[in-house]
Amino acid sequence: MTAVAYVRVAPGPILPPPLARRGAIGWLRANLFSSWPSTGVTLLLLAFCLWTLPDLIAWATTRAVWRAPDGALCRAHQDGACWAFVADKLDYFRYGSYPQSERWRVDVVEGVGAVLIVWLLWPRAPRRGFGAILFFVVYPIVGFVLLRGVPSLGLPLVDTQLWGGIFVSLLTALVGIVFSLPLGVLLALGRRSRLPIVRAASVVFIEGVRGVPFIAVLYMAENMLPLFLPPGWIPDRFIPPLVGAALFAAAYLAEEVRGGLQTLPRGQYEGAMALGLSYWRLMGLVILPQALTLVIPGLVNNFIGLFKDTTLVSSVGMVDFLAAIDNGLKDAVWSGPTLLATGYAFAALFYFVFCYAMSRYSAAIERRLAPGRRQ
Amino acid sequence: MANGQARRVSIANDPRVRAFLYQGLLAAALIGLAWLAWRNAVANMQARGVPIGFGFWDETAGFDVNQSLIPYSALSTYGRAFWVGLLNTLLVGAVSILLATPLGFAVGLARLAPNWMLSRLALVYVELTRNTPLLLQLFFWYNAVLKTLPSPRQSINVAGVFFLNNRGLYLPRPTFYHGAGLVGAALAFAAALAVALAFAGRRRQAKTGERSQDLWTAATLIVGLPTVAYFAVGRPIGLEFAQLSGFNLRGGMEIHPEFAALTFGLVTYTAGFIAEIVRAGVQAVPRGQSEAAAALGLHRPLALRLVVAPQALRLITPPLTSQYLNIVKNSSLAVFVGYPDLVLVFAGTVLNQTHAAMQVMAVTMAVYLAISLVVSFALNLFDARNALKER
Repeated sequence: MTAVAYVRVAPGPILPPPLARRGAIGWLRANLFSSWPSTGVTLLLLAFCLWTLPDLIAWATTRAVWRAPDGALCRAHQDGACWAFVADKLDYFRYGSYPQSERWRVDVVEGVGAVLIVWLLWPRAPRRGFGAILFFVVYPIVGFVLLRGVPSLGLPLVDTQLWGGIFVSLLTALVGIVFSLPLGVLLALGRRSRLPIVRAASVVFIEGVRGVPFIAVLYMAENMLPLFLPPGWIPDRFIPPLVGAALFAAAYLAEEVRGGLQTLPRGQYEGAMALGLSYWRLMGLVILPQALTLVIPGLVNNFIGLFKDTTLVSSVGMVDFLAAIDNGLKDAVWSGPTLLATGYAFAALFYFVFCYAMSRYSAAIERRLAPGRRQ
Repeated sequence: MANGQARRVSIANDPRVRAFLYQGLLAAALIGLAWLAWRNAVANMQARGVPIGFGFWDETAGFDVNQSLIPYSALSTYGRAFWVGLLNTLLVGAVSILLATPLGFAVGLARLAPNWMLSRLALVYVELTRNTPLLLQLFFWYNAVLKTLPSPRQSINVAGVFFLNNRGLYLPRPTFYHGAGLVGAALAFAAALAVALAFAGRRRQAKTGERSQDLWTAATLIVGLPTVAYFAVGRPIGLEFAQLSGFNLRGGMEIHPEFAALTFGLVTYTAGFIAEIVRAGVQAVPRGQSEAAAALGLHRPLALRLVVAPQALRLITPPLTSQYLNIVKNSSLAVFVGYPDLVLVFAGTVLNQTHAAMQVMAVTMAVYLAISLVVSFALNLFDARNALKER
């Protein structure tokens, strides 16, 4: 008898997937040309990109005017951006009319602020409590002294009329954070409090502020703050908008912090209480450190919103970055048809880089803190 | 105490006493602060000769606005100016919400599309709009797009129906003659009939399991009945087109560039946020849901409509509500392009003319809070209808 094998006993050779299913071709077929409608959409969008992108890039680079003493060259090259204008006005965009010899003070305040923010936002940084004290207590005082100036310390007074540009945008956002985060934490605790009057006061403030637009808050600070002060007290032009920004941000941060307080497991509260900690120690040593770490992404997102909203302070006469650009556009030396697009493109680039970087950071932290990955 | 034990907690450490004390202190501080502020405010207002009450409400405003839904002139009162501003705020808010919702949903769904090109472009749109300030986008639309359009004589002319120039967008205006009401009545009757049909169809489906096929009947009714009425009465509705006369266009429906820029800005900006909400909502529905729907034999569009969409909507509505409120609040950026909304007309011009800061700001805040409450309430109702019904 001869054995006839109907069943294959040894496995066949492992073949690679067909050419059309792997590598670049496979990817193209799956993601761009999977069906007739999909192919149509791809071709349509590709045509759109080819139609707009090269022109846009050439406008911003090869056809642009990079160096020029005044607007004449830009007026001659109407099909390209006028970066020479931005380069010429860059100092004004950064500092406003802050005196040239004193601009190092702005640089120092901005640099120290950046270092402290990185310290606080970097989850593994050492001694963040100390950093927090520096940021929320020491930094505002030093910043105020440096920016405003104290003649007896050898720092000449700089009138706030001269402040402007990116510096004012950053200042508004920073004041918003430095003063509103502590206030926001207090409001969040107040809203979660068992004491009815404390809770009611917090709820009224938070919901009242969140219900109205930022511009209305700015108008209110502008028009009503001077009324509430004793007759004869006239606050500096900068104070009302900054107070408005801080109060506005505090209401939003309070809701963010409250979210963090609510997601913390009850056991944390109960464990701390079992140890006999008083309310403030319970909050300060156990709850807030954990809750605030949890809400870092939300706080950063709020900060992005606040940073974008700082553009609105120009409605009450502050010269922020966008207002500085608008002022620069009015300069007759540079006026030309390409100026508007150049100025707005520069502003958009600045805000985009800033906000996009922060949103990436917030997303990265969020992934780290995701429930599945938390240790 | 009853069991003979000595009271061990001193009064200073009794939580109830402490609660009472703390709240008393807080209340006293708040009332004291409010009283101080009020006293200063009254003194300051008297020193500056500012009216204390609402007497200014009926005084002549003396300024004009460039867009108004109700008759208004410089001879109207401040109270009338308030209503003009409020209606303009509501108008731009409603139009922006109506346009931003479909655009946001479209971009959000495009983000989820299997086509790589489409989802990447949607991503670029979302990141660009979300990461630049609304004010910058508004300036872009107003100064860089609408202001650089040709003058009225060189209007961009779409088939003699739409005209676009740097003074605005001109659409045909419907004009109603005698008998137009009958066409409206026919439309209302047809719509009521269609709704009744839909209810009956749903009840029949619940009873017999037979899917209703009334969609075509309803569509024919809604289109057909008014059309019949329109011709029967003798064509009582016409269109008035804009026409060039002198240096400007006359007639038709004019949309001011300020309104258009504000609407464009609000719509494109908020659509980016809505898109992210939609994407997150759809992605949060577990894959098993659509797989189970497919296993039950539902084809893809039906599975999306009956299984995925209701669950995604439940997650989408709460953040969508806050975006709608953001639109209404952000419409106050009208100040920057000169669209006469509540803040520009009332909290701006009226406040500057009357100096009645307290009264004007109180009314403004109250209006925005009321709008917030109404919108939240309406969407909470919608939410409750969509909520999980646990039996």
